[in-house]
Amino acid sequence: MNNKRPTVFEEFKARGYSRREFITFCGLMGAWLGLEASGVSQVVKALETKKRPAIIWLHFQECTCCSESFIRSSHPLVADILLDKISLDYTETLMAAAGHQAEKSLHDTMTNYKGEYILMVEGSIPKKEDGVYCCIGGKSSYDILLEAAEGASAIVAWGSCASNGCVQSASPNPTGATAISKIIKGKPIINVPGCPPIAEVMAGVVVHLLAFDRIPALDSQGRPKAFYSRRVHDSCYRRPNYDAGLFVETFDDENAKKGYCLYKMGCKGPNTYNACGIIRWNNGVSFPIQSGHPCIGCSENNFWDHGPFYQHLKEYPGFGIESTADRIGLGLGIATAAAIGTHAVTTNIRKRKLIMKGRKEIEAEQSNE
Amino acid sequence: MEQNILRLDPKLKLVYVWQQPVRIFHWVNALSILVLCITGYLIGAPLAIQSGTEASFNYWFGVNRAIHFIAAYVFFFNFIFRLYWAFVGNKYSTWNNYVPYKKSQWKAIWEVLKIDIFQLKLGPYETIGHNYLASTTYLATFVAFLLQSLTGFGLYAAMSPSWFPKLFAWFVPLLGGDMAARHIHHLLMWVFILFAMIHIYLVFYHDFIERNGVTSSMIGGWKFIEQHEEEDKDK
Repeated sequence: MNNKRPTVFEEFKARGYSRREFITFCGLMGAWLGLEASGVSQVVKALETKKRPAIIWLHFQECTCCSESFIRSSHPLVADILLDKISLDYTETLMAAAGHQAEKSLHDTMTNYKGEYILMVEGSIPKKEDGVYCCIGGKSSYDILLEAAEGASAIVAWGSCASNGCVQSASPNPTGATAISKIIKGKPIINVPGCPPIAEVMAGVVVHLLAFDRIPALDSQGRPKAFYSRRVHDSCYRRPNYDAGLFVETFDDENAKKGYCLYKMGCKGPNTYNACGIIRWNNGVSFPIQSGHPCIGCSENNFWDHGPFYQHLKEYPGFGIESTADRIGLGLGIATAAAIGTHAVTTNIRKRKLIMKGRKEIEAEQSNE
Repeated sequence: MEQNILRLDPKLKLVYVWQQPVRIFHWVNALSILVLCITGYLIGAPLAIQSGTEASFNYWFGVNRAIHFIAAYVFFFNFIFRLYWAFVGNKYSTWNNYVPYKKSQWKAIWEVLKIDIFQLKLGPYETIGHNYLASTTYLATFVAFLLQSLTGFGLYAAMSPSWFPKLFAWFVPLLGGDMAARHIHHLLMWVFILFAMIHIYLVFYHDFIERNGVTSSMIGGWKFIEQHEEEDKDK
């Protein structure tokens, strides 16, 4: 256990990074977070003087793709310094300790830094059958989370699993996988959805927490506004094709070659809030749409339950294979037209009857006169 | 029921039913829904235009969306106006026609169902304004109008710099995000289409069998009501 916590800058230096590299890193972070120029110097100052907060990083129902994404951050400093040092406290995947040692480490961090440490959670919590579907060290993830959240100053929910449940919570959700924000109340929770989230987004969130001692501005779904306020669609380089009505019809057509909009291939970009179109992946090399694949909306709530990835409309299994809203609507339209036709025929018969009755009435009146 | 059976030489009385604001609402609403359904369907399933030109030469999809958004504003404020008129309009257009809060209204709905829809009984069922089945259906369409406005402007908020759609932005997260809102918005389009089919047919039906001028009543405002001899004696 490291009792004298160095500042982030001291850790940078100990790792052999120069001040120039440190300033570059701070500048990058400032840009990703959308800070103004003066904000960057704030980041520099904070990382130079402030002690790095204790961090507990828990893994529950997940595939570790968030961690994998994080260590592939374009700037090596992020993963190198932050993640390596994070492992000092507790993280199942990367820490050196194991078994009772690891449990002790977790317990020590929780007691020594009560109310100060940041809890980062990767993965969702299974709630069915008392949480038996995910147990670590003989305790259910539900109990571990409640215990760890108790003394946390803030919680970061990494990835779609922790933010909204991701694939394991897809219908019928056999394990009762639940997002962190639906279990823990009364603590600041930062949702960083994505499967996985972009490495720079994760780094940005961490740096913001380190530098400013408060959580970044969040939107209505608890996501940092700096990265999740715009739709992938609005920052997509193929957007002009959408407005021009130029669409890829099949993956192997001429339009796909020309790089037209993937909207008709089921691209969920218009419904997805993320920074993929701007920050992109792997040091800004590409992102799914740039590689010719429609966005699957991996950072949106329940994206597994919103229909096939390659079509825009949801399917309704009860109505047969490939029933979308349009097919059902058209079917109901035809049924309605048939009903109207039948009704019109019976109405005609009825009208005849009414006319005959009226005629008889008049005849009766005339004969009375 | 005997007196309700149509005669060939009825005594007809003119009643001014639909005030001008109600009629204007109806046609603005009809037109905006038509435009919204066409442009909306195209947004959901754009035409396959194979074009060799660059994106910078075309903007038809952008124009299509712009028309959809403009029509949405027209639709929404027209709808708000009608809600206002439900409190200041004449007795045929006020809110209490549309909310079946009395047992007698539910009975009337059943009567209309028997006569007009299932044709179990000879009609007609006489009412001057809407019959209660119709007005209850309109209540349902008003709920659909509201949902369509909330999901539509809620989705639009993300791409509009204007403050107005932002007022609706809170609604989308309640549904679980844009995808869910989009599905509801799309499904409701079909509700509108089915409603329009049945609505137009029933107008034809009523005029065809009841000769009360229901079709032209939405143009001129007048309806013909049959005067019965008993009523004449009362007066």
